[in-house]
Amino acid sequence: MGLLSKKDTKLITDPLADNNPITIQVLGICSALAITAELKASIVMSISVMFVLGLGNVVISLMRNIIPSKIRIIVQLTVVAALVIIVDQVLKAFAYELSKTLSVFVGLIITNCIIMGRFEAFALANGPWKSFLDGIGNSLGYGVILIIVGFFRELLGSGTLLGFPVLGDPIAKTGLYAFGYENNGFMLLSPMALIVVGIIIWVQRTRNKALVEDH
Amino acid sequence: MGLKKNLHDFKVKNKDKKWLPAFSAIHTFLFLPDETTHNGTHIKVADDLKRTMNTVIMAMVPCLIFGMFNAGYQHHLAFDGIQAVSGGFFSAEFWTLDNFLVGFWKILPLVIVSYGVGLGIEFIFAIIKGHEVEEGYLVTGMLVPLIVPIDIPLWMLAVAVVFGVVIGKEVFGGTGMNILNPALTIRAFLFFAYPTWMSGDKVWVQGAVGRDQAIAAGQNLDAVSGETILGTLAQGKEVMHSVADMFYGFIPGSIGETSTLLIVLGGLFLIFAKIGSWRIMLSSAIGAIVMGLIFNQVVDAGIVTESSKFYGLMSTPFWHHLLIGGFAFGTVFMATDPVTASQTNKGKWYYGFLVGFISILIRVFNPAYPEGVMLAILLMNVFAPTIDHYVVQGNVKKRRKRLKVKTA
Repeated sequence: MGLLSKKDTKLITDPLADNNPITIQVLGICSALAITAELKASIVMSISVMFVLGLGNVVISLMRNIIPSKIRIIVQLTVVAALVIIVDQVLKAFAYELSKTLSVFVGLIITNCIIMGRFEAFALANGPWKSFLDGIGNSLGYGVILIIVGFFRELLGSGTLLGFPVLGDPIAKTGLYAFGYENNGFMLLSPMALIVVGIIIWVQRTRNKALVEDH
Repeated sequence: MGLKKNLHDFKVKNKDKKWLPAFSAIHTFLFLPDETTHNGTHIKVADDLKRTMNTVIMAMVPCLIFGMFNAGYQHHLAFDGIQAVSGGFFSAEFWTLDNFLVGFWKILPLVIVSYGVGLGIEFIFAIIKGHEVEEGYLVTGMLVPLIVPIDIPLWMLAVAVVFGVVIGKEVFGGTGMNILNPALTIRAFLFFAYPTWMSGDKVWVQGAVGRDQAIAAGQNLDAVSGETILGTLAQGKEVMHSVADMFYGFIPGSIGETSTLLIVLGGLFLIFAKIGSWRIMLSSAIGAIVMGLIFNQVVDAGIVTESSKFYGLMSTPFWHHLLIGGFAFGTVFMATDPVTASQTNKGKWYYGFLVGFISILIRVFNPAYPEGVMLAILLMNVFAPTIDHYVVQGNVKKRRKRLKVKTA
């Protein structure tokens, strides 16, 4: 047992695989396509979403009994917007280069469907602790996919990981490049992110047939 | 007990084995199988999928052989400064054994890699799915070597074939279910993934890239280049090739797409064999001519002047567009792909027209993507089902109206 009860653990582990926000619920795709050309950007994006979703879920959960249901979307938006502005300002202050890479997509966390989805589906009906775990779980599920996609796109597209040249130097032709290997420029374009996500979905559903939707 | 009977018995004996699809694929390719349908109405017709595919391959063989000669010819022209062809299509300077061998030894590995990797994937998927091997790759495997530059590294081709067959075809359900033409998916992948090997003024002449590397390594040699006509025009430079050269195909370009003459002959063969759709070929040529004429008119009216970066391509006489670049090859062999093109006869006219129209549009306005026909066909592949839908709905509407008039 320990810190988390079995039910609470499930809140975190479920979204990592069988209820993953990207590959199963197919939410938050836009940012997965836009910012995964570099692994570093994917990691920072995942952390930002984790901060916004974790805290946002707690705030909404605390207010859940006093929010009039007619204006709840506006209240939710205000909460997300406030949190996103904090993230944006922190990035601008401490990681300016990175915030330029992420550009508009930090601001667009506001419109990330995962966040509104979790507010609506979970935080409005559950207590703060559970909502916090749910937020962390879902943002981890989001982050795992982002990091997998970012890993492959940066490795195959630029031959680097987190900016370190792991495959050799493409200009001086060392390492793998000495054998005629070349970086795959297509990996840096957004369509390839979609295809990589598609392959993850394919692999996941081949391993667990229960996830296959029947249409 | 002939060989044929033995093979059939072998098949019956092993019918539960996992590798059987691989065996029957080769079996039916070489022999007419013994199995026949036992119930229901069936029509006997000689041209099954394999025969259809073989006909298309036959139509492409002249282009392939010409491509081998042309590869050697372009190589010697650029490196050794031999005499340019002067005496028409059958010039002796062109059809030399030496030219052929240079191309043969470069192109044969491309064909082998294309078929080896592509059919390998088809076999693996057939075994996983427990289906018969689908023959869809037979044509694609021949198209692929014809639409790439001669010096493309073999591993790049292999990677692209894996991508094109798996992502372009198998994930949709295999042959007959794909939305995009697999050969063009493979080419588009190469084009976006490795642009330095797919465009520019080096890749079209065998050895030019290697020569560049030698110069970079400090050897004292002359740089060699051979630009395609589209590349030359996009930069606003003077074209050095005569119209006859363009038509016969004595120009640099992807391996099999240079000879408009042989492509037209192949196209006629496909039309007479009732395999290729003449509607698509004709309407696509019309579309290209219309777009070319529009551009020519814009130039004639003085709206675009020589200072514009589009001037070179816009002022090209409209009918040159049919001869240069991959337009003819794409129209005849790839736009007509029965799986990815429109299915309705009326739809084929719209589809073909837009392929031609958009090809020239992309070609002129986007010098970064000189090969507009590839992108135009892929784009129209996506729209083909929509076109068919509206054609069918239009037909339904018309008939309903007629019914009302009758009953009223």
